[in-house]
Amino acid sequence: MTTLTELEPILTSGPEWLGRLRRQAYERFSALGFPSTKDEEWKYTNVSPIAKTQFVRAPLDGLRPRRQDLPDLGCAVRLVFVNGRFAPELSTLEPASGLRAQSLAAALREGHPAVEAHLARYASFEKQAFVALNTALAEDGALVEIGKDAAPERPVHLVFWSSPGDAPVAVHPRILILAARGSQASVIEHYLGTPGSRYFTNAVTEAVLGPGAVLDHYRIQDESAQAYHVATFQAVQDRDSVLRSHNLAFGAALSRNDINSVLDAEGAEGVLNGLFLVDGDRHADFHTLLDHAKPHCASHELYKGILDGRGVGVFNGKIIVRKDAQKTNAIQSNRNLLLSPDAVINTKPQLEIFADDVRCTHGATVGQMDREALFYLRARGIPAAAAREMLTLAFAGEVLDEMRWEPLKERLTAELHEILSRAMEGSAA
Amino acid sequence: MLKIINLHAKVGDKEILKGIDLEVKAGEVHAIMGPNGSGKSTLAQVLAGREIYEVTEGQVLYEGRDLLEMKPEERAAEGVFLAFQYPVEIPGVSNPYFLRSALNSIRKHRGLPEIDAFDFSALAREKMKLLDMDEELMKRSVNAGFSGGEKKRNEILQLAILEPKLAILDETDSGLDIDALKAVARGVNALRSPERAFIVVTHYQRLLNYIVPDFVHVMANGKIVRSGDKSLALELEQRGYSEMDDLAVSELVR
Repeated sequence: MTTLTELEPILTSGPEWLGRLRRQAYERFSALGFPSTKDEEWKYTNVSPIAKTQFVRAPLDGLRPRRQDLPDLGCAVRLVFVNGRFAPELSTLEPASGLRAQSLAAALREGHPAVEAHLARYASFEKQAFVALNTALAEDGALVEIGKDAAPERPVHLVFWSSPGDAPVAVHPRILILAARGSQASVIEHYLGTPGSRYFTNAVTEAVLGPGAVLDHYRIQDESAQAYHVATFQAVQDRDSVLRSHNLAFGAALSRNDINSVLDAEGAEGVLNGLFLVDGDRHADFHTLLDHAKPHCASHELYKGILDGRGVGVFNGKIIVRKDAQKTNAIQSNRNLLLSPDAVINTKPQLEIFADDVRCTHGATVGQMDREALFYLRARGIPAAAAREMLTLAFAGEVLDEMRWEPLKERLTAELHEILSRAMEGSAA
Repeated sequence: MLKIINLHAKVGDKEILKGIDLEVKAGEVHAIMGPNGSGKSTLAQVLAGREIYEVTEGQVLYEGRDLLEMKPEERAAEGVFLAFQYPVEIPGVSNPYFLRSALNSIRKHRGLPEIDAFDFSALAREKMKLLDMDEELMKRSVNAGFSGGEKKRNEILQLAILEPKLAILDETDSGLDIDALKAVARGVNALRSPERAFIVVTHYQRLLNYIVPDFVHVMANGKIVRSGDKSLALELEQRGYSEMDDLAVSELVR
């Protein structure tokens, strides 16, 4: 990583409380070091390519994407970050009632009290080296506030674009989402980069859902195929709130995603949907944690993996049901489609149940393309490559169909279609 | 149109077809009957290109070309159609999308322009009416949650839309009630033409009351043991397969 003298300006920037927090986090990271595969939580994911690379802070005058290179999902608010820093000239901010989205750096400069009240209160860096690193070094990101009973129609679109420099760049985006009582909103985090470039994104998002709040959170990891991507999403849910997390990952050479939510009051509901695709030598690791802390909460989780080439996938779905959390209803399912004999999936449900009156189910499947279905399609004249693609898209459809913002769903379906048609042409039977 | 010469096929080490000879001309309807395990469904699947069966000997000529050299999708594009005994359920692929993709793949192969969703929908509605099919079935995934009868009707709908030259019906009548059977037969009969041939594989004579064949062949133990006109089906109905089997054996011995 970068030298300490280089980090000094970041570690001492901003208000005093933040400086303290940064130094504390940096000390923690120094003590923890990068995780190794001896750590149970990192058993299948070796981060040494990240640890060994000499990353630098993004230059202030780095390459900027053109407006037409950036995804347009028809959102009223689109905040664009280039190499982790807010780029106002590429962003769109149409006023929407009850919604405020701004750069985190700007919120810190103006001394917004919500930041101090919430930042780093939920995503713990006690044991999480990458969260510690982000907390120490985050320069910018977003603060999204959805007011009481507000229901903005269109999502907030946060675009993180990384572009190549002389040396690989590391960025640590930090996002805080505050969804007040009775609000309903969608936030899209979208990670992209210049194709072919090597860089490291280490993002942390904290989301606070007030009573009755409904939040659709989309995480689209579409980084360059040479990039490294590590991210933690931590939500805390109040009474009767609903979190719907949609986690899609098509990019990065090496990625690790932790999606966690604490169902912290009665009636809270957590829905975790995930879809990932790994091909070539790419590696993607998903750890989810649903912490049922209170009674009468429900969670529903579906993660699907498409694995091709020598791709490696990891799914670890942890559900904790605390002693008080009676009448918990938790359903977890992980399904994987192996398109190549050399692809690997490591899947593990992890249930820790301390209450007795609960209903928890889990299941994992690993399968290949359905030969009967493939023959059926071919016998109707559909060429083998197109038939394989059709069946793979059908497999992915269950997750894509849960997405409620149509322009995003269309974009991702088209993208998946493009990736698969390339792959299927290469391996046509 | 189709010429099968001394066809042998096996699955694993088990030989199932042991020398089939059959010629089908345009405009003809051939019924292939026989007990379970006689190889009649295997014959249907081999003609469609099912890869689990290995052809060990013999030849199949379709319009003068080597059918066995062709991929399943090429056979379909060239006009061979198999109505499956067990239509496959494909959750997540919508029935109209599947049907239109199939039709357009075949049209593309024939150098015809693609048909758009609007025109396709009109075509599908017209054909569904003929088969007395519930339009709801066009809103669902391919065969997913369909009843046995709905699946078979969906096969005939595909037949009607794709308009093949050679249609092979593999036990399309199995498990159908009389109304569904009549609807299926109505669909098939509407498609009979001097340019099109049918091979109707069935276990029961009943279907042949509605789809009247020009020729009837009886299969036993991987071979066609008798061929005749439609009266053979009636004879079979009266005497049963076991007797026919004995008869076939005695004929072979003779």
